[in-house]
Amino acid sequence: MSDLFTKLVTSPVAKKVGVPQPTRLRRYEPGLPLCEGPVLVAGGGRFADGIASWLASVGVATVSTPGDAGEKVGAVLLDLSAAVDPAELDQLRLLGAPAVKALGRNGRVVVIGTDPQSLSDVAEVTTQRALEGAVRSIGKELRAGATANLVLAQGDAHDGVRSAVEFLLSGRSAYVDGQVVRVNEATSGETDPLRPLAGKVAVVTGAARGIGAEIARVLARDGAAVVAGDVPGAGDALAAVANEVKGTALQLDVTAEDAGRRIVEHASSRHGGLDIVVHNAGITRDKLFVNMDEDRWRTVLEVNLRSILRMNEAILGDGGLADGGRIVCVASIAGIAGNRGQTNYGASKAGVIGLVSALSRQVADRGITVNAVAPGFIETEMTARIPFATREIGRRMNSLEQGGHPKDVAETIAWLAQPGAAAVTGQVVRVCGQSLLGA
Amino acid sequence: MAPHSTPRTSRRVAVLGGNRIPFARSNGKYAKASNQDMLTATVDGLVARYGLAGERLGEVVAGAVLKHSRDFNLTRETVLGTRLDPRTPAYDIQQACGTGLEAAILVANKIAVGQVDAGIAGGVDSASDAPIAVSEGLRQTLLAANRARSAVDRAKALAGLRPGHLLPAIPENVEPRTGLSMGEHMALTAAQWGITREAQDELAAASHQKLAAAYDRGFFDDLVTPYLGVSRDTNLRPDSSVEKLSTLKPVFGKGDGATMTAGNSTPLTDGASAVLLASEDWAAEHRLTPLAWFVDAETAAVDYVHGEEGLLMAPAYAVPRLLARNGLSLQDFDFYEIHEAFAATVLTTLKAWEDPDFCKARLGLDGPLGSIDRSKLNVNGSSLAAGHPFAATGGRIVASLAKQLNEAGGGRGLISICAAGGQGVVAILEA
Repeated sequence: MSDLFTKLVTSPVAKKVGVPQPTRLRRYEPGLPLCEGPVLVAGGGRFADGIASWLASVGVATVSTPGDAGEKVGAVLLDLSAAVDPAELDQLRLLGAPAVKALGRNGRVVVIGTDPQSLSDVAEVTTQRALEGAVRSIGKELRAGATANLVLAQGDAHDGVRSAVEFLLSGRSAYVDGQVVRVNEATSGETDPLRPLAGKVAVVTGAARGIGAEIARVLARDGAAVVAGDVPGAGDALAAVANEVKGTALQLDVTAEDAGRRIVEHASSRHGGLDIVVHNAGITRDKLFVNMDEDRWRTVLEVNLRSILRMNEAILGDGGLADGGRIVCVASIAGIAGNRGQTNYGASKAGVIGLVSALSRQVADRGITVNAVAPGFIETEMTARIPFATREIGRRMNSLEQGGHPKDVAETIAWLAQPGAAAVTGQVVRVCGQSLLGA
Repeated sequence: MAPHSTPRTSRRVAVLGGNRIPFARSNGKYAKASNQDMLTATVDGLVARYGLAGERLGEVVAGAVLKHSRDFNLTRETVLGTRLDPRTPAYDIQQACGTGLEAAILVANKIAVGQVDAGIAGGVDSASDAPIAVSEGLRQTLLAANRARSAVDRAKALAGLRPGHLLPAIPENVEPRTGLSMGEHMALTAAQWGITREAQDELAAASHQKLAAAYDRGFFDDLVTPYLGVSRDTNLRPDSSVEKLSTLKPVFGKGDGATMTAGNSTPLTDGASAVLLASEDWAAEHRLTPLAWFVDAETAAVDYVHGEEGLLMAPAYAVPRLLARNGLSLQDFDFYEIHEAFAATVLTTLKAWEDPDFCKARLGLDGPLGSIDRSKLNVNGSSLAAGHPFAATGGRIVASLAKQLNEAGGGRGLISICAAGGQGVVAILEA
């Protein structure tokens, strides 16, 4: 999606006169290498060795120090999960600074720590909590499409750490920057890296256009059978998406009493089960708080929040979502930072974050994970309608200095839906390029 | 000599579902959509609903009543533009307003005898994007010029051109053999049977109210796919009432006795519909649940040219033959779908079946077929409200009735559609 302004500021002339140029982000395509260049692994925590041998098994070269001849590294992976004293934080600087200096375009910095919430010793909690501030700051210093993220492990199990590291190294996380992903001790089996969702049945609401349509495409690309749902009024666009992904179209108003039952019925009768639900349907009805009318307030909360609660009853009921299933909601930066004119929308999206946190605990014993993604400025038809100045500020006010693509949101959702991401639950992963909003 | 192969036994034919675009009054929202555009969108919507992208079906059969000469292979060209496997064969049929239902009969019969396992039956019509032909004089002149072998001969042929030849020939809703429009024919029959204005307006108002209610309860969520920004039939007037309809002036019939208005007659409409039919095995293999079974069908025609019978009375003849063959009485149905070409068509048909003389003299029965429970008639509205793109009506009714039967948890439904040329196509669905 490129408007005249974007064309101008990215033109050769603009480049010459010094207008900052956004880097073309490295985005995932099946078959592309995990990252561009070797991965520098250091830090000596409990996961480093396992990760290094896994990287070797998937054909990614690893090094332990930066090369002399100014060779670039594709990623820097620092395992500081064993650090228990603030003095040990110096390791981050010692190992990390020269490594980050050698980082190539679209590089990755991934730091592995231990989740402070799983610790009690004050010095240990302090040390591990400190990593977050450092990583977020590194994210803001990186240039040329590089990102920095933190994985916090709650135990010793490797599966979750590996899955998160794989996602964060890959082009799937192109627009995920400055984020903290917590992983628990859940284990997961092997999956086909090219078709990680093979054999899974996924339902995506709001799939007729924009981010929802892209979610349907990415889930289908990763092997899932996709049920594309949207309101009957969007049925023509929906049919095109469903046919494109060789899935089925389900014309459905998510606010209908029987929406959840119809989703379950359709998925099980037509596809033989239900493994992944992406609650993507959402609307905005902006108005300043003092002028907010009942209709705008209620409609937004009904579509964006209450419908999810209601549908989940049927989805999590008998014959619904399979054990080991996945629920992914789409929250928003507005739900974290708030947004002028969006009290209704902000409330609904913050509510979604609460929902994810509470529901994830409730269904943990069934191996079901519940997560949310929170998109920042994403280039869609909707954001294309934002007034010019506001749009350009939104687009630039992040560490990657550009808007994300619907695909970036979809890739994050597809990762959370993978069997390998069993250890990630109750999380909100922001896909915002480390937006200054809600930071 | 090789032994004769044994004929296969008949298989049950499942109606798996359908799709249509909302019907739009002519020269409105779909004014610039061609038949092929509308049929393609409709079939693609069906493909999406039932996950048929890339699927090779046994056949797609459809047609249009108002058809351009360039659309000689309309259905096949449509298939090539859809997400179906391009190796899906297709052919066109045309039986006036019976086209859609006749297409379903053809596909169903092929499935029943095992020639195909699954197919789509459909129909489309645009009264807006209508074919306009050159006048017969101009056509003959142009053909003569085309035949000419020298420039001089060509000039001579073209010299025969007269200003009057330049007037285009626009398709008319007129029976070629009587010169009467369908409405005028119906007005004669309605007068003959003493069908009142009030009864017609009541039926029309009910049609609108029932169609609106069906939309409101989401009945069409998996039967209709929006098109060109239209999500509901544009002819639908949810607030229609007998009072409002009674204010309209009659448009068909003559004098004080005229009863037929624009409100109790169907308007010219654009739209398309398609139905997915299959064998039980194919349905199971594709994880699709039959909504209803396509049981049997019958087509009849009457001699309306010599005034022996009304133009739209053929279904009255087709139904008793169908009932007899299936050992059923007219009352053995849970739902009746009688196409509302005009409110008077439905009322005349019902009255004829109640009439001992008609049933004896015309149908050759011992007694009347009797009356039906009117609460079972067109329960989700019909053509007076939805509109009637000629060839698309059959598909609309088959899909809606199949879903209604499925929702009701079972039952039997009768479909009756009258068609130009004094024809009638009727069918039975069961669930």
